[in-house]
Amino acid sequence: MRIQKWSAAGLLLIVALLFAACVAPQPGVQPAAPQAEAPAPAAGGVQIPEPVADKFNVAFVYVGPIGDGGWTYAHNEGRLYLEEALGDTVHTAYLESVPEGADAERVIRNLARAGFNAIFTTSFGFMDPTEAVAEEFPDVYFVHVSGFKRNDANFSNLFGAMENMKYLAGMIAGARAQADGGERVGYIAPFPIPEVIRHLNATTMGMRQTCPNCTMDVRWIFTWFDPDKERQAAESLLEAGADVVITGADTTGPVQVAGEQGKWGIGYDSRNACEVDTEHCLTVPYWEWGPEYVRLVESMIDGTFVGEDIYFDVDSGSLGLLGFMEGQTPAPGVPAEVIPLVEDLLAKMLSGEVNRFSIFTGPINDNKGNEIVPAGVSLTQSDLEGLQGIPGREDCTICMNWLVEGIVPDAEIPQ
Amino acid sequence: MTAHSSSLSSRSRARLRVERRLEQPRWLRILTPFILISAALLIGAVLLRLVGADPWLVYTKMAQIAFGSAHGWSDTTIKATPLILAGLGVSIAFRMRLWNIGAEGQLFIGAWFATGFALFWLPRDTPQAILLLVMAIGGFVGGALWAFIPGVLKAKLNINEIITSLMLTYVAIFWNNYWIYGPWSERGFGLTPQFPRSAWLPRFTDFSSDFPALRGMTAHAGIFLAIALALILWFVWRRTKWGYEVKVIGDNPRAGRYAGMNLSRKIIGVMLLSGGLAGLAGMAEVSGVVHRLQERFSPGYGFTAIIIAWLAKLNPLAIVPVAYLFGGLLVGSDAIQPAGIAKMLQGVVLFVVVGGELLLQYRIKLERGASS
Repeated sequence: MRIQKWSAAGLLLIVALLFAACVAPQPGVQPAAPQAEAPAPAAGGVQIPEPVADKFNVAFVYVGPIGDGGWTYAHNEGRLYLEEALGDTVHTAYLESVPEGADAERVIRNLARAGFNAIFTTSFGFMDPTEAVAEEFPDVYFVHVSGFKRNDANFSNLFGAMENMKYLAGMIAGARAQADGGERVGYIAPFPIPEVIRHLNATTMGMRQTCPNCTMDVRWIFTWFDPDKERQAAESLLEAGADVVITGADTTGPVQVAGEQGKWGIGYDSRNACEVDTEHCLTVPYWEWGPEYVRLVESMIDGTFVGEDIYFDVDSGSLGLLGFMEGQTPAPGVPAEVIPLVEDLLAKMLSGEVNRFSIFTGPINDNKGNEIVPAGVSLTQSDLEGLQGIPGREDCTICMNWLVEGIVPDAEIPQ
Repeated sequence: MTAHSSSLSSRSRARLRVERRLEQPRWLRILTPFILISAALLIGAVLLRLVGADPWLVYTKMAQIAFGSAHGWSDTTIKATPLILAGLGVSIAFRMRLWNIGAEGQLFIGAWFATGFALFWLPRDTPQAILLLVMAIGGFVGGALWAFIPGVLKAKLNINEIITSLMLTYVAIFWNNYWIYGPWSERGFGLTPQFPRSAWLPRFTDFSSDFPALRGMTAHAGIFLAIALALILWFVWRRTKWGYEVKVIGDNPRAGRYAGMNLSRKIIGVMLLSGGLAGLAGMAEVSGVVHRLQERFSPGYGFTAIIIAWLAKLNPLAIVPVAYLFGGLLVGSDAIQPAGIAKMLQGVVLFVVVGGELLLQYRIKLERGASS
């Protein structure tokens, strides 16, 4: 009998564990308020992604929940934009919170087999699974966001020069710190990969434009989406004396934390990321995926799609800086003197006069005082993406694995 | 027994007594899993209705995805493979009433050892057959090692193995995280580089050049190993002295000792085997499916395995279909959006299955004229 009691106790324990193991971490973020002009996602109910006859069926595979108020939210806005723009010719569906790795391959394959005409996968970890399935289904189009693989026929990769907007955000942060009499700005860096390092460096260079004495503090958190870790990193940066916290991760937690302490925050990814604290949020460099989605799906429908490396710049209209795009006004916390500077440079970016290569033009030193980019030299696309040994792509020579001058001198890229 | 009974008085003088069944009738034992799963689906249906979905549509769609096509079976097989292996492992310990609930940790350590051999500890040009064999042995030994600790603590110091095996699971997960973010990390992500092809268990799709129908079927050879081990274990319980002794000790440790069995050696041996099979599940998963070690590569297979072993009444042959059922649940629920609904359904099924299993051990008796 004693043994049986134990078995009951053990089983109850197990049930508790299973719930802990099975239930995905809930984002501790403000629920994303749908944009007024966008159609609201199907309220309530349960959706099973299935293609619809006589339409061009597009499926999206998301790594997070569409309510993350950041990365995935922005992609879902893009999906809604696509539906709006192409109307009755397309049908879209999505799968959210798909784990990266082996499960992703199954999910993508099942969508292809179900008869979807195009599949967009929107996380770095979906790259290999997308490649594998793209090879099996030559009649289905695949677009992978944020990776570097493709083929020549039905599989493209897609990303954009967010470093421009990060540079402008850095200018705003520097001006704010300057105005507050501070000398420190903090950055939350998800992973030590070229994409993140590029954004961090661009932000720092922008900051130095408006606040030559400021230094950039960094916290590496090794996750894109972890509300707790993101908040802790923000707290740590503020404790170390940062006046402005800039996040490179997915949730709005850091902006919230900064606001709670009467400091300033800069969000990332989606245009609603400031809504958690409009008073203390300075701006958000955000993605506007809709126009690119529409362009790509139209090319699929008319048969002109080819597999390629797509890297759009600001002049594509797919990148945004909250408060400075058409019809927007800068947040109250943005110092007045920096507004014309930002507007001026943004206008040049929108016209294509300034782009990612202009930002990464020498002379550029690293945070230890070594010269990295000689005067007059611009980094190449491969340098920016830190590409090495990728078939069909040039190898980088000045690879994106250095921290720019202005980042605290003892900061290192974790190995 | 009375400690376990409770009574409900009804308006008449009749009483409803709930009491533990001394012995479950055979028909009930066989029907139990079906009753429980039906009950779970029924409760799930109510919840689905509440969120505005058509439960029938959702269920048929799930069944169709998991079992409605050859590819569906392949996907379900992928999920069933680690569940069978870990389920068998758990069932061995449970047969002796050793509550090894740390299969998840043993699975992680097994995967860790297999990864070490696949990527780091053997020359790159090791032939596939040898590499896979070493990885399998490594996975088994790793899992066994992890179960050895609670086993020896139980045998020598009588320390409760529920606590130790469970706590060691978290140690194992953190151990893995250290390696995948640290020395073995690929570019700082929580994963190792991909295994070389020679460290991949053969998959059906690998033969698609000869048999085009197999294209895209990623189920791997681990399933044959899992089923073979289920048959072997069934034979061990029925026909070997060792199997008989384990059962005797499980039913009555004192009797076992009187019969001259070495209890602590049995405990350690059973835990080694139990953990070894869970470790093998981890090896099969990284070698057959994930092809690298990464964070959360197991969505709790080691825990689900406990439910599976229990539902299958520790019968190795029953573990196979039950694992397929749970594999189908995992595969089928993936397509349901928003993702929270799928998690909820899985939670309901597990909860009802576990809770209901206990309930079915009792029976309700109507008594006329209260006696007490």
